[in-house]
Amino acid sequence: MREQEYLKNVVTLKLDQKKCTGCRRCVEVCPHNVFDIKNKKAKIVDKNACMECGACEKNCPAKAIEVKAGVGCAAAMVTGFLRGTAPTCDCSGDSGSCCS
Amino acid sequence: MENIKRVSTELTFQDKFQSTLVRWGVGRMVHKIDPGIYAVNNPTKDSPVFVSANYKLSFDALRKELKGIDAFIMVIDTKGINVWCAAGKGTFGTDEIVNRIEKTKLKEIVSHRKIILPQLGAPGTSAHELQKKSGFQVVYGPVRASDIPAFLKVGMKVTPQMREVTFNLSDRIHLIPMELVAAAKYVLVVIFAFYMISILTGKTDAGVRAAINVLLAYFAGAVLGPIMLPRLPGKSFSMKGFFVGLIVVGASCSFNWIGRGPAEIFSWMLMMPAISSMILMNFTGASTYASPSGVQKEMRIAVPLQLAAIGFGLFLWLIERLFGV
Ligand code: SF4
Ligand code: SF4
Repeated sequence: MREQEYLKNVVTLKLDQKKCTGCRRCVEVCPHNVFDIKNKKAKIVDKNACMECGACEKNCPAKAIEVKAGVGCAAAMVTGFLRGTAPTCDCSGDSGSCCS
Repeated sequence: MENIKRVSTELTFQDKFQSTLVRWGVGRMVHKIDPGIYAVNNPTKDSPVFVSANYKLSFDALRKELKGIDAFIMVIDTKGINVWCAAGKGTFGTDEIVNRIEKTKLKEIVSHRKIILPQLGAPGTSAHELQKKSGFQVVYGPVRASDIPAFLKVGMKVTPQMREVTFNLSDRIHLIPMELVAAAKYVLVVIFAFYMISILTGKTDAGVRAAINVLLAYFAGAVLGPIMLPRLPGKSFSMKGFFVGLIVVGASCSFNWIGRGPAEIFSWMLMMPAISSMILMNFTGASTYASPSGVQKEMRIAVPLQLAAIGFGLFLWLIERLFGV
């Protein structure tokens, strides 16, 4: 079992197997081994481990993957909410707490 | 190859010292690496090309692992931000890499057409688009630079372990300085406010207790929380932060710092876990597994509770100050 487990059944990850060509890119880029290739098609094997980083969607040449990517940072969401913008990480200044 | 800058694979004392400063948030922007091509050892036209962010820690982590390996490093301009964060923002992105390949005339430097990107850059880069635009095929390297020698040895293959982002104790401990720095200014303001009110209402000792209790909650959220993370009950960070806050409430009680009257005692029992919950909730951003959808969900529940606890706690504390309950 993974050491860390976050909230279940919340992620926005979707895979359209019909479009998939089985190129393996999603398997290569996912930092949480969410995908596997079965019968020459990608398969989501561990959906709850997805952190919605967006790497798979961005690197799928067949556009078979959809995920609402973003930064999972509470401070960023508060700032985004207050400013009415999308959540952003403040990593440009000297105080970026989201990014090390 | 004559005009290509050369870098060592040894980190000097100065490098290490600067890294420490960067971790504590001091002068981050000063430690940018100039974008361009760097040679490591004695690369030839067939040597591998690694792409790096121009954040000093990323660059150092990479070159340190290239001992005895002839290679090029192409540093791209991520505005001095690390790969992961830059990828999220898009500064570590397809276009910047394509442009950098043009600008550095990489096609003349190497004869092959392959570049190795850090896997953590993948949220910002699109391998197939990059190949279309630049002619270079993309290989995603391992997450940790320390796996690079093994990755090269087996012909640029990455095992599932090399692909997986961890968040182990040492990863978390490294993030503690940032957490402390991020919350420090709020903590100081809050302590100052409690202290002033205590002085004005004629009871300095309540102000001292306030300072201690706030500091304990801060310590719980920014230090104990990250260390104990997997051991704390609950899945959401705010819940874990609440429990770690209870630990320091216990500590404060046993040292008799929690308060004098029932109102003051109860006020800190409400406020301390709420404060540490807020601080640890912020750790979701540094964690490498919290999904934004999850964070949003937990915040919708946790933030109102945290605010209510702090509001009610503050009310009790002020009542005690003003009417001495
Ligand atoms: S990247 Fe897209 S096409 Fe390739 S295996 Fe994954 S889902 Fe299929
Ligand atoms: S969004 Fe990121 S974590 Fe989620 S499946 Fe895609 S690559 Fe993996």
